[in-house]
Amino acid sequence: MTSLTIYKRELTSYFAQPTAYAIIVIFLALSLGLTFSFGNFMRVGDASLEWTFFFWHPWIFMLLAPAVGMKLWADEQRTGTIELLGTFPLSTWSAIIGKFLAAATVWLVALALTFPIILTVNYLGDPDNGAIFSGYIGSFLVCSTFLAITMLVSACTRDQVVCLIVSVAVCVTMVLCGYDDFTRELGKAASPAVVEAVTSIGVWEHFRSLNRGLFRLQDLVWFGSFMFVCLLGTSAILSAKRS
Amino acid sequence: MIEVESLTKQFGSKRAVDHLTFTVKKGEVLGFLGPNGAGKSTTMRMITGFLPPTSGDARVCGISVIDNPKEAKTKVGYLPESAPLYHDMTVIGFLKFCASIRGLKGSAKNDAVERAIETCFLGSVARQSIDTLSKGYRHRTCLAQALLHDPEVLILDEPTDGLDPNQKHEVRQLIKRLGESKAILFSTHILEEVEASCTRAVIVDRGKIVADGTPAQLLEQSGNGSLTDLFRRLTTRDTEEAA
Ligand SMILES: Nc1ncnc2c1ncn2[C@@H]1O[C@H](COP(=O)(O)OP(=O)(O)OP(=O)(O)O)[C@@H](O)[C@H]1O
Ligand SMILES: [Mg+2]
Repeated sequence: MTSLTIYKRELTSYFAQPTAYAIIVIFLALSLGLTFSFGNFMRVGDASLEWTFFFWHPWIFMLLAPAVGMKLWADEQRTGTIELLGTFPLSTWSAIIGKFLAAATVWLVALALTFPIILTVNYLGDPDNGAIFSGYIGSFLVCSTFLAITMLVSACTRDQVVCLIVSVAVCVTMVLCGYDDFTRELGKAASPAVVEAVTSIGVWEHFRSLNRGLFRLQDLVWFGSFMFVCLLGTSAILSAKRS
Repeated sequence: MIEVESLTKQFGSKRAVDHLTFTVKKGEVLGFLGPNGAGKSTTMRMITGFLPPTSGDARVCGISVIDNPKEAKTKVGYLPESAPLYHDMTVIGFLKFCASIRGLKGSAKNDAVERAIETCFLGSVARQSIDTLSKGYRHRTCLAQALLHDPEVLILDEPTDGLDPNQKHEVRQLIKRLGESKAILFSTHILEEVEASCTRAVIVDRGKIVADGTPAQLLEQSGNGSLTDLFRRLTTRDTEEAA
């Protein structure tokens, strides 16, 4: 119940300020722009959208998701409103959930606004809409994961800029680690065990299978537990900071 | 109503609050005096459940803030020292948000918000964005937040800080009036306020109580009828320590 109140406040705050609009517009410009330019959407005829459209999402999210999540706790600590939240009768956990869901909703809106691309593929050809849907789920899970990381970082600092830089660095690492070209280069230099360890923290393996329309339990568990651990860490850091 | 028992807070090697013990009964207004850094705010943060004490316990209405923080917090209204607010909200929006978190709904919520706006003379700025308020109005908005749920215990950290003389007078009257039916603990640096609104006052220095009594008793203790002299005699001055 209190989570819902927090959720509403955070969401209103996103849309009362230019932040959410700016980020959504940049996201749409980048994702659609890349699809039609480098993605060669018109020529390749990739109806499942795997390579032309979804391929770009992790690269965009690694930069933009932290911009949405950076204020969540950093601002609260800078302005001292955390002292209000800390003395209201609510658990830290319900505040964390409310804030996380609000930030995720901003991304849900952003992803929903890419609908023209679905209309286009359906108009031009006969795509597998099931695979497209699961591609969207994959995208949403990747960006939620990045949001969870950002939230964890923002609990550590009162400075939004520091939070942005650190979270982007972590997200970039996670995107690069599982990327084929990178792992191939790494494979030449390091042992297979190292490569496997590095790949396992990358997002691609789990993202790809969803892109192909495959719902594998292991991917959902991977995303779910990753986010859960980040949120748990956020709660632990917030309580540790007070004592 | 407020029972503080051997409350201690250690920040690293610094002991901010040192085995503090006092009680505030219903119908009492306790003035909390002391030089900068005496540990007044830290004590209040522990009673409101924001900071966990290093040792000792605080109870409000018989409920321990350590064992049962959520319930204890419902009994308390708290004005933090810096009067933190969400700057992207309007005054009325902020108060409604606080009321929702306190579990108020529907018409009870609207009534509570209306009453708080009236009590704190916020009618003229109710729909204004907090961003654009003057310092005194911000302070009063945060004070209104503390009164919303008509709590049995009020903890106010420098409630008259930043207010104009008219408002200082109003807030003192308000504290006096509310004190008849509640237990109030408030800190201040203005010694006249002790006589104006307190039924009892304590002076703390370096985390310890150095004087405790009704305003009349304290005046008697000072010898020459000046609280300032008593304050200066009992508390250590930074200038002395440096010498
Ligand atoms: N989070 C913290 N970490 C380390 N030290 C702290 C922290 N909070 C407070 N202190 C220290 O504890 C002491 C008491 O601080 P506190 O804010 O309670 O003083 P105060 O009596 O409210 O002073 P003032 O009249 O200036 O408001 C100070 O020496 C302060 O430096
Ligand atoms: Mg203080």
